[in-house]
Amino acid sequence: MSADVLTVESVGKAFREYRSQLLRILSWLGVRIRQVSDTWILQDISFQLQEGEAVGIVGQNGAGKSTLLKLITGTLRPTTGNISVKGRIAAILELGMGFNPDLTGRQNVLHTAGLMGFSQADILRVMPQIEEFAEIGDYFDEPVRVYSSGMQMRVAFSVATAFRPEVLIVDEALSVGDAYFQHKSMGRIREYRRLGTTLLIVSHDRSAIQALCDRAILLDKGRKVMDGNPQSVMDYYNAMIAEKENSSIRSKELESGKMQMVSGTGEVVVDSVSIYNQSGERAEFINVGEAVELRIKIVAKTNVPQLVLGYLVKDRLGQDIFGTNTYHTGQILRDVAAGEEYEFSIRFDLRLGPGTYSVSTALVSTDTHLVDNYEWRDLAYVFTVLNADKEYFVGLNWMPPSIQIIKR
Amino acid sequence: MFEMLLATWRYRYFIASSIRNDFRSRFARSRLGAIWMILQPLAQVAIYAVVLSRVLSAKLPGVTSEYAYVIYLLSGMLGWSLFLELVSRSLTIFVDNAGLLKKIVFPKICLPLIVSGSALINNFLLLAATLGVFAMIGHNPGIHALWLCVLIPLTLAFSTGLGLVLGTLNVFIRDVAQVMSVILQLWFWLTPVVYMPSIVPGEFSQILAANPMYWIVSAYQDVLLFQRSPDIEHLAWVGLASLGLLAFALVLFRRSSAEMVDVL
Repeated sequence: MSADVLTVESVGKAFREYRSQLLRILSWLGVRIRQVSDTWILQDISFQLQEGEAVGIVGQNGAGKSTLLKLITGTLRPTTGNISVKGRIAAILELGMGFNPDLTGRQNVLHTAGLMGFSQADILRVMPQIEEFAEIGDYFDEPVRVYSSGMQMRVAFSVATAFRPEVLIVDEALSVGDAYFQHKSMGRIREYRRLGTTLLIVSHDRSAIQALCDRAILLDKGRKVMDGNPQSVMDYYNAMIAEKENSSIRSKELESGKMQMVSGTGEVVVDSVSIYNQSGERAEFINVGEAVELRIKIVAKTNVPQLVLGYLVKDRLGQDIFGTNTYHTGQILRDVAAGEEYEFSIRFDLRLGPGTYSVSTALVSTDTHLVDNYEWRDLAYVFTVLNADKEYFVGLNWMPPSIQIIKR
Repeated sequence: MFEMLLATWRYRYFIASSIRNDFRSRFARSRLGAIWMILQPLAQVAIYAVVLSRVLSAKLPGVTSEYAYVIYLLSGMLGWSLFLELVSRSLTIFVDNAGLLKKIVFPKICLPLIVSGSALINNFLLLAATLGVFAMIGHNPGIHALWLCVLIPLTLAFSTGLGLVLGTLNVFIRDVAQVMSVILQLWFWLTPVVYMPSIVPGEFSQILAANPMYWIVSAYQDVLLFQRSPDIEHLAWVGLASLGLLAFALVLFRRSSAEMVDVL
């Protein structure tokens, strides 16, 4: 059992409002002031992060994510509760903060690292590594005002991660910059994690959370709503975005231990989902490249003017592999009456790599589930792809090659 | 309090490099760079000297030098400019650095320290320039100039204390900065930098006596122009008041510091 690195204990944050600022000042000087109104941004948040864990924080805008991060980094102080950290916290959310445009990259590195509390000697020792990691060549000794925003990002990231912190907070900021440097910085983040750094990731990007995190925390209206494996949390989050009046979110545990999430208003529901193999049998294990049929039966509970079925194949991490809907294929059903049943037969070649996959279904009225969400069902069907007769390969996609070797 | 000292010590490199950068960025894009920091008060002295010397130089008793009024102006300006720079920069220090304070964790007390350090260096440059002008016009302030070793820290303490109180209040009540810019102008004319206290009518001398800057500026003039010891008794009172002000500033700063980032 590894040790807790970060402990957040029933933390709450309120912004105090006084009838006048003068009263606020008097209150520091020991005068008792009544009638203070508090606006609570966060309430009763508790969780622990362990060494080497990667945890994602998700939530809609205004859910309190950035306030929570500010509390953890320490720029804001909690109104109630405690936050304790073992070791140093670094945050890649203030990239380029405190850079002076008139100074060179090198001078700014010295200055920024000083702002992080390092000594001149420490910084000079790692300066070559910082310069090498940023890869901006001679620009390193030019004033920052001539930098492109990408170059500034590179220098900023290199300083922020020059020393391995115990807790690293990664914000959406990471998605800026060029693809090459994004890969390079992700590489460093992964390496630090392997060495025991705890990651705290804030993002709206489902795939980033699912690819990196082994746990996710969902915040809504300043409270912790869910804390669990990233796939269930993201599914719940997805359902929550679509949640409307008289809509419900239900979840049930599948045999595999995963949580199936069903949400929506329920005008139309999925009756059954299955995949049939080449020989027409219902299959859970399917060979690479096999021609299959995905059969989805639905039942209308009330009349709906327009009906679209969407499906989405995801890998075991919950990353999208392929998805489309009958809006895009031009097969919208009109004036569906209560009690009507339909069967959708979707045929395709299963050109996927070996592994476990799931199918999600959506019954909606347009091309997105954000307008009318009749039903959204995650993990509606789970199947496994096996490589029975193809040459060995790795990856999610099967792209059978023809390789020609010509001796010259 | 001990924590604050320790944090400051850990961030000493940051404070030093901030002061250095403050300086560097002034050189970065203007040709004369930091020279402007000295030229400004010197130009002001030159203007007052040209405009007012006829009217006021006769009022300087016991000084024979024909440049007496210029020396008087320079001495007073040396003290006043340190006060002015410290107070006006501390006033907006937290508001100006709102972005930094919101995103990065570092001891907030570093910011006023950086301002003090940077103002002190500017003041030393001005002192050097002043002594240069003295040498040019053949004025030797003599051994009494050593009093500056006391006067400069005293001015620093008073101005930093006042600046920190106002800077903290300005975070919560933004009108403070606006009001102060007017008050500082008025304050300049309530302090005998340009004129001599002897021309002030009797009923106003009470107001003058209540102004700590009066005692500080007079002391600068005493040691640099009149070559005599300053009024030690009054300076001691000003010193005591400065320490009180500094202590009050630190208390106010500490109490407010939890809520400061909330409202920035």
